[in-house]
Amino acid sequence: MNKQSVRWLLASLLVLTFLLLPACVAPATTVAPTAAATRVPATAVATTAPPSTVPPETSAATVPNCGTDPVVLNAYFETGFDLPFKLAEEFTKQYPNVTWDIKQDQFTNLINSTPRLLSGDNPPDLIRLPTMVSFAKEGLLKNLDDYATAFGWNDWPVPQLDQNRVAADGTRGSGSLYAMGLNYSLTGVFYNKTLAAQIGMTEPPKTVAEFDDLLAKAKAAGLLPIMQWGSAKSGMGLAFPLQNLMAAYGPVEPINDWIFQKPGATIDTPSNLLAAQHLQQWIENGYFPPDINAIEYTDANARFTQGEGVFIFNGDWENARYDKDMPGNVGFFLFPPAEAGQPPAAMSAPLTFGIAAKAKNADCAAFFLNWVATNEVARQINVTVGGSNPGGPSGLPMPSVPAGSVTNETLAAGIVIGEAGTSMDFIANATSAIFAQGWTPELQKMVGGKQDAAGLLKAVQAEYERELSE
Amino acid sequence: MTKSDNRPAAAAVSRRISRSKMVRRETIIGWLFILPALLMYATFVLLPLLLSIQYSFFRWNGIGPMIWVGLKNYRTIMEVPDLLGTIFNAFRLVVWFSFIPVGLGLVVASVIHRVATGRFGTVARTVLFLPQVIPLVAAGIIWGWLLALPGLINQVLRAVGLGAITRAWLGDFDWALPAVGLIGIWVLLGFCTVLLSTAITKIDPAFYESARIDGASWFTEFVKITIPLLRHEIGVCLTVTVIAALAAFDIVYVSTAGGPGNSTAVPGIQIYILAFTEQRIGLASALAVMLMVLVLIVILPIQRLSREST
Repeated sequence: MNKQSVRWLLASLLVLTFLLLPACVAPATTVAPTAAATRVPATAVATTAPPSTVPPETSAATVPNCGTDPVVLNAYFETGFDLPFKLAEEFTKQYPNVTWDIKQDQFTNLINSTPRLLSGDNPPDLIRLPTMVSFAKEGLLKNLDDYATAFGWNDWPVPQLDQNRVAADGTRGSGSLYAMGLNYSLTGVFYNKTLAAQIGMTEPPKTVAEFDDLLAKAKAAGLLPIMQWGSAKSGMGLAFPLQNLMAAYGPVEPINDWIFQKPGATIDTPSNLLAAQHLQQWIENGYFPPDINAIEYTDANARFTQGEGVFIFNGDWENARYDKDMPGNVGFFLFPPAEAGQPPAAMSAPLTFGIAAKAKNADCAAFFLNWVATNEVARQINVTVGGSNPGGPSGLPMPSVPAGSVTNETLAAGIVIGEAGTSMDFIANATSAIFAQGWTPELQKMVGGKQDAAGLLKAVQAEYERELSE
Repeated sequence: MTKSDNRPAAAAVSRRISRSKMVRRETIIGWLFILPALLMYATFVLLPLLLSIQYSFFRWNGIGPMIWVGLKNYRTIMEVPDLLGTIFNAFRLVVWFSFIPVGLGLVVASVIHRVATGRFGTVARTVLFLPQVIPLVAAGIIWGWLLALPGLINQVLRAVGLGAITRAWLGDFDWALPAVGLIGIWVLLGFCTVLLSTAITKIDPAFYESARIDGASWFTEFVKITIPLLRHEIGVCLTVTVIAALAAFDIVYVSTAGGPGNSTAVPGIQIYILAFTEQRIGLASALAVMLMVLVLIVILPIQRLSREST
């Protein structure tokens, strides 16, 4: 190699490095919404008064709190979601010694930066957690068991906490508590009331077959039956109807076991195959938009609110937008069971926040998490801004919602799911990359006619095992 | 300094010494000048490069202990079809990001040189170069809208009676990669055109004059004079654009993120997902190192060809 070619080699390397560099920077994209959860107190008897808005100095000796000295809570929130900001504002109003240093980032960027934030020099007191198992295993997250005992969280309805528990072997769903939900949202089917009336829908369908009828009627009437997103940039929205169908054709426990990475769990089961085949039939019948593989999450919602699509599978975090963009014209129902009389099921997950293991103000952060679920004003903000169930001990009254808001319907549906015990985490949350590397590409292939129901489940199971084998 | 009675000789010696001192001083000053850049280059380019190579032999999630696995990460890449498939997609992108922009750039530069040397040429060059100035992320989002089913491109197609071929270009298994390629052409054509048309102006006009006296057509001029004399610049264009194709990330990430299916998944996207979503730093580094080696294998022959004396 002569001098010149060495120089060119170096020059090429330089150019190459600069071209590769952008790979380290994540452009902001639309975030795939993680299904959020609802775990509603079975009964809503207003017996206990909500904690007062005065600092509970009397209990300072026993229960962790923010004290009276100035505290600056170091927090990381998710860009685009107002709720934590509003709650932080109200908290400072009630506890003026606590102020906030809030940093925010897109959800996808949080996925990438959380490990470094937690292990860095200035670990956050409070952080929106995109995933938690690996952080818990690495000892980066504070074990909240002591707080749970001190605040009595263990007496809250069980499903509120189980998704945030991580066992010593890294399975989720049981073990020590590593995070809390700011609220617990619920997914199901939203519908355009005008279009639903047009196809003769007078009440929500009670079985999958009745829902099939409505879809066929919509198609026959020249309407788009279901608006849904499917671009890889947002993550494939067909995972919502697929999981609903799975829970209609089979029990929810095996699905949760798979998501929580219980040993031997598989998604490739006979009832899930029926569900996937049903979804494939919907695709082949043209019930989804033909360009679904290119539709992003925000576009799907925009098109739905503009009247394209009778139904959309989504979660109650969109309540405020739907109420605003199609006031009085949006309804909600839980995806129906296969046979009448069976309980419906729904995906639901907490809006998860954790405390760094090395956080300076862990006590105050835990106190805030408890306050969010138990303080009357906080619960009202939670429902008004977030649209989801605020959780907390059973027996607290549900905050009021304006009449005509779809939030009334999602909160009522949450009670049904809470009583039936049929809530699920989201199949996209099973591993950190199962959505990007498994569900999204394989469901897109199904839309493109390049994958069938059986192949879909096999491919995703293979990806799941590949990721867990690491 | 030098003590001697022979003054002229002493002066000569002292001049020689001071000259060699000066040379050394200049060398030191030269190094001092490049020191800041060198430090930055070493810290932000060379060090990460070496670290990536090191990481590629470990299993590491970015937080916990690093476990030596030897060549296992490289074997995994060869064994998992989705990972290897991204490399094939990268080569398909070379056609769109490299061959077409360089070919078109040559034609455009040559046409501008022949027919539009004045203000029109400047305007044409500026317009073509503009995409280089626009942030790619913004451009990618706008292209996403243009190529969507309700987007402008399909509206135009419908207006001219081609409604039958409208589709969601970025969501179609057969068309997503060419559609991404189209964005690449739009970005890279201006770069190639400007580089090549600058080079054309350096070609001795006498060549063209004598060719025209001999009655050569535009095409003959193009093939016999322009292309051979632009060899070096074509080599530069090919180098830069081939690297842009093989190491593509931003355009693909903001337009399709690798979908639909894995039809536009390129190594850059996979490296990103492996490193930051899956937290498999070792495997991601191995794929990055393989990509670098691959780029060098492709680039070095191009360099040699364009450098050979004519």
